Amino acid sequence: MSETTPVPVPPTSIGRNPIAPKRLELFIAFALISLSGFGGVLYWSRRMMVDERKWMTAEEFNEAYALCNFLPGPNIVNFSVVFGRQVGGTAGALVALLGLLGPPFLLVMLLGLLYAYYGDIAVLQRVLAGVAAAAAGLTVSTGLKMAGPLLRQRPGIAHAVAMAAFLAVGVLQWPIYWVLGVLIPCSIALAWRMRR
Amino acid sequence: MNNEIGTLLTLAGYFALLSLFAIGGANAALPEMHRLAVEVMHWMNDRQFADMYAIAQVTPGPNVIVVTLIGYHVAGLLGAFVATLAMCGPTCVFAFFMGQVWDRFKDAPWRIAIQAALVPVSIGLIGASAAVIARAAAQSWMAVAVTVVTAVVTYTVRVNPLWIFAGAALLGLGGLI
Repeated sequence: MSETTPVPVPPTSIGRNPIAPKRLELFIAFALISLSGFGGVLYWSRRMMVDERKWMTAEEFNEAYALCNFLPGPNIVNFSVVFGRQVGGTAGALVALLGLLGPPFLLVMLLGLLYAYYGDIAVLQRVLAGVAAAAAGLTVSTGLKMAGPLLRQRPGIAHAVAMAAFLAVGVLQWPIYWVLGVLIPCSIALAWRMRR
Repeated sequence: MNNEIGTLLTLAGYFALLSLFAIGGANAALPEMHRLAVEVMHWMNDRQFADMYAIAQVTPGPNVIVVTLIGYHVAGLLGAFVATLAMCGPTCVFAFFMGQVWDRFKDAPWRIAIQAALVPVSIGLIGASAAVIARAAAQSWMAVAVTVVTAVVTYTVRVNPLWIFAGAALLGLGGLI
């Protein structure tokens, strides 16, 4: 007799929150995160999930995000699946994923279509050359910011690992598979030994 | 026709594999995307790759969307679908099942060791992405200058990058790049 459709909450530690979203709400929330998520979807997802909708506590968010950082692949995409599953099972995971990827997919297809037709026009090429140079600069500063905590530590194994990945993939442009196939096991072995 | 299916299969297999090596997010896989699309398969040149990255950056949404553009460029709408699905699918399935068992091993020493080991790898990969995309975008000295200035400004000042993109677009429009 309740006014809202009850959504079953699987018994896991994250998403114990009593306020479980409906599927449409879930879709809209992730679509909004995606569309406002210019320059860092993480910031917007925390704001939406924790501050605005109160679907998660800050601790639950950190926990889910730690998991998504642990997994390979697009982090925020993983996050939508993890959170969607916790509040709405398989359907919830699909709905959150579609909300996150659907709108930008359509937008970028539109831009891709325009690029395919007009990309060779001189004016557009000049504009894009400018934006591309700026986008590259933004990536450089993101990289520097990420390296910040490492740079403040005393030089050690982590620095060697980061430098090796940078040189092999970024400068020598070796295939990522061979580089990581060697580097990750070495890095894990060293991290395991450092632990003791 | 066979050729088209072959291209789609290449996109699918390639991005599905690559997604598992994207340690620290989709942008970490950028150098490998560049290597395949520009150096190995010759699907596009450096300028086009830099253009697509730029378009993906000005589109709101996750960084992974650059894969959609590459897929579209290579094999049209179907290519866009296949590439996006391949890049997100495997790790989504992984995330779906890991979400169920995360509690059991989140405090395990081996998990903490693995995560500690992956952090410097992801930092190195983002640095590599920056190097690759900066090289691809360096079509002129003025473009290099824009890259350097953007890097310095966004590193030191908290500013919405859209303003910088708009400024760089105007410089380009004025024929200065």
